[in-house]
Amino acid sequence: MSKIQHDIQQALSYVKSGDTVLVGGFGLIGAPLTLIDGLTEKDVNDLTIVSNNLGESGKGLGILLNQNKIKKGIGSYFTSNRDVGDKYQRGEIELELLPQGTLAESMRAGGAGIGGYYTTTGVGTDLAKGKEEREIDGVKYILEKAIRADVALIRAHKADTLGNLVYYKTARNFNPLMATAAKTVIVEVDEIVEPGELNPEEIVTPFIYVDFIVKAQQILTKEGVVSV
Amino acid sequence: MTTQMSKAETQHMIAKRVALELQGPCTVNLGIGIPTLVAEYMTEDNIYLHTENGLLGVTDVEEADIDPNLVNAGKLPVGEAIGSSFFNSSDSFAMIRGGHVDVAILGALQVDETGVIANWAVPGKNIMGVGGAMDLLVGAKKVFVTMNHTSKDGSSKLLKECTYPITSTRQVDMIFTELAVFNVEDGQLKLVDLMPGATIEEVREKTEAAFIE
Repeated sequence: MSKIQHDIQQALSYVKSGDTVLVGGFGLIGAPLTLIDGLTEKDVNDLTIVSNNLGESGKGLGILLNQNKIKKGIGSYFTSNRDVGDKYQRGEIELELLPQGTLAESMRAGGAGIGGYYTTTGVGTDLAKGKEEREIDGVKYILEKAIRADVALIRAHKADTLGNLVYYKTARNFNPLMATAAKTVIVEVDEIVEPGELNPEEIVTPFIYVDFIVKAQQILTKEGVVSV
Repeated sequence: MTTQMSKAETQHMIAKRVALELQGPCTVNLGIGIPTLVAEYMTEDNIYLHTENGLLGVTDVEEADIDPNLVNAGKLPVGEAIGSSFFNSSDSFAMIRGGHVDVAILGALQVDETGVIANWAVPGKNIMGVGGAMDLLVGAKKVFVTMNHTSKDGSSKLLKECTYPITSTRQVDMIFTELAVFNVEDGQLKLVDLMPGATIEEVREKTEAAFIE
């Protein structure tokens, strides 16, 4: 069966209300803007979104936020979208704040079959509250649980039709980790090529992780997000 | 003197002073704000910049060459140095947490007299972001902090104890303000330099934390 989906809504049929969804990107950079745009048109709600930020005000995941489709956000830096603070203040969204390295590592662990791990990050701070602390070889660590999700929506530069992926500059960020940590992985790319056209030494995400591929219709340019 | 300088001039003065402490070869992670300006004043060769969103080997970029998908952690456009590499967020924080980054330069809201800082949350306001601050504090071999010596109301930001939530129990290594430079030695602040125009009397008056002169 081909992994290529020409219909964005068809690809998004795997996202159900109440799902936990990983969404790639550091702000809008490396965010799957076409798939996010598709979610804004889909009748779905009560989503738990795991993403570094919840977009910017009125952009990317920020649109989904304003449509009240997000029940909970798990991320490291919601500050980039002032609407998140307003919604939180009104009790309209739950937030779980994690250090950025912990957010990344929790998905790496989730994708690698690891249930949790001990990290030095956060020890002795408010973000360690309620987490098990343990001393190993004289160093204090806290227990962080792995993150796994129902669906991952990610952004890469190129895919071959098998689903092997290469990324572009700092648009890589969380995407390769998210590719490993969800039951269904949908990737949005600039270009789809035939198997053999990507150098095996350069493939960052092997096809085993990827379920569906769509072509990007919304891209980030110097002038902002444009439709192509 | 410092009151006559614009905010930008003061920030550049601090950044320039921090740059004097960087000796290559080393890898440095720059935070948002004043730390970002430090790059403009680095004169040593072999200083490589790491940005936690996934690039080792950051340089500045000409306006014409700006790429919206090539940015630093402050989402500002940057360039790629010769010998640079891209990696995912987990690898990037493995470099940080694993002790492979030599120096992290961060902003701070408060520092206590043992060198513990607070820079991610303010009581009474929504806690919205922590980013990579906690990871950098536990992992970087050295941590330099840039900050204003006092708040807008004139109260000291160098305190006996932080009143804001701390970012880590780790003590930083150096503190740079518009008035003074401190080393943290054996859990105590030690004044090592006065900034241009500052006097020891002014530093004493505006510093609540105990420090060694």
